[in-house]
Amino acid sequence: MPPETVLSLRRLSKQFPTHRAVADVSLEVPRGAFFSLLGPSGCGKTTILRMIAGFETPTSGEVWLNGQRIDTFPPYQRSVNTVFQSYALFPHLTVQGNIEFGLKKGSDAINRVRDVLQQVHLEGKASRRPSELSGGERQRVALARAIVLQPDVLLLDEPLSALDPRLRKQVRSELRDLQRRVGVTFLFVTHDQEEALSMSDQIAVMNAGALEQVGTPREIYCRPCTRFVADFLGAMNWIDGIGVRPEAVNITPEGRKATVTGTAYLGSSCQIEMILASGEAIRAQVAAGVSFQPGQMVCVSWDSEDECRL
Amino acid sequence: MKLRNAFVAPAALLTAITMLAPLAIIVVYGLLTRGAYGGVELPWTIENFTGIWNPVYGLIFLRSFWIAAVATALCLVLGFPLAMFIARSGARKNLYLSLVILPFWTSFLIRTYAWMFLLRDTGIVNTSLQALRIIREPLPLLYNDGAVILGLVYGFLPFMVLPLYASLERLDRSLLEAAADLGARPLRVLVSVTLPLCAPGIRAGAILVFVPCLGTYLTSDLLGGSKTVLIGNLVQNQFTASRDWPFGAALSLALMAIAMVLLFAARNRGEELL
Repeated sequence: MPPETVLSLRRLSKQFPTHRAVADVSLEVPRGAFFSLLGPSGCGKTTILRMIAGFETPTSGEVWLNGQRIDTFPPYQRSVNTVFQSYALFPHLTVQGNIEFGLKKGSDAINRVRDVLQQVHLEGKASRRPSELSGGERQRVALARAIVLQPDVLLLDEPLSALDPRLRKQVRSELRDLQRRVGVTFLFVTHDQEEALSMSDQIAVMNAGALEQVGTPREIYCRPCTRFVADFLGAMNWIDGIGVRPEAVNITPEGRKATVTGTAYLGSSCQIEMILASGEAIRAQVAAGVSFQPGQMVCVSWDSEDECRL
Repeated sequence: MKLRNAFVAPAALLTAITMLAPLAIIVVYGLLTRGAYGGVELPWTIENFTGIWNPVYGLIFLRSFWIAAVATALCLVLGFPLAMFIARSGARKNLYLSLVILPFWTSFLIRTYAWMFLLRDTGIVNTSLQALRIIREPLPLLYNDGAVILGLVYGFLPFMVLPLYASLERLDRSLLEAAADLGARPLRVLVSVTLPLCAPGIRAGAILVFVPCLGTYLTSDLLGGSKTVLIGNLVQNQFTASRDWPFGAALSLALMAIAMVLLFAARNRGEELL
């Protein structure tokens, strides 16, 4: 039995005065999933998020949450919460005040704030102001402020983009763990394909306002439906109209002849640039131990299973 | 001397001459005895200051504070929605801002006279209402506290709108979205997010309106008539009709001292909020 749908977008479009930001997008988000909207900047993914949250009105189409049509509701009546790209923490309130903001006052509120602070590892910071926190801590307050309300869907708008690259990788797995623990459906907007691949149960790839492909990370990486998806998710060699990822290309005793034109040592692997006898460029990513010299003649081959025919 | 100081010097000198020197003169006058035909004479005395400690003057001070406070509150209530409207009107912002400042192109005195023409018994408002047979006798629109407050609110509203606009304009829109996202209805967004974050603008506007309203004499003189005596008029009278310059000096110093205490209190309170 397929999992129950918590959020569904039906032929959603948004026309701005100057351009069409979202074009006829239909999407089903399963309950409890970590669902990513992946695409280059300006592809309409944030606009979709804002229409779900209620900050933008769709030009046409519908937004359904838990079997109820919500696209005419004001933001404060929707059981979704947002983690903003800039976090949008209230600077005049403490961490405690920020997290309490959406809670109804009562004895339960105190416990819930305490529990959520524990979940995001911010115990002891409750009385700090946002200006006294590090970037990573602010991000966790923004997260805590939203999940404490136990929304049906948590909307995350590039929540890692403001963090420094080292921290970003660590936060990825933390965020993924948190999502599993609290069981809230995450709709995660990102332009970083590595982020989307490593965290998501399902990914929807967008381009120019339209949906390109929806699938598991493995499906969209290995079986892209369009050339855009294939290229956006990682490097791809295009040989005779067939796509092969560099890591699927092997240097073998037998196969197609190629000439090495350059190599790049990447630490954990080595990237080799070659030109096939037919004149097409091809790139291989191989174990770091082997070394090749420019001008060297080699043979390349790949499994037909790794081919991607479009 | 550094080049920077050379550029600052003229302004500093001008400020010293036009602000500190008159202030020193007022302090000295306040400590002297009144002359028979105005002016001041020896000996030195502090009676001018002890003389303020009189219920009659106390009442005038209280009335002045009350009228300035009401005018400031009305400016805030009227100015806030206007400032918010301007801050959110996109490309038309500059047009609306220049409309707010437009009255400054005419003298305040002339604009106050214009209000007299509107409000007096034979003024436009009363004659129009009579012509429309809405009223039979003219309404007492002029020469009362209401007319003074109207004149003050009209005159000082821009001083409230501009700082409010500045702080609303700087307000991060995503904070308002975040509040709504967390379930806050528009009124709660206003009270819990917009107002606290605009506190510096509200404070600046309140000071810019309250202080000149407190010392006003033109508006109260023209629109309030003889019934409305405020501190400003009292000080003016000492230097003209009463010919008691030392007492006038003492009164104006007392007004200044009170205004400074209030400003200081507002500033300390403000830093707590921020």
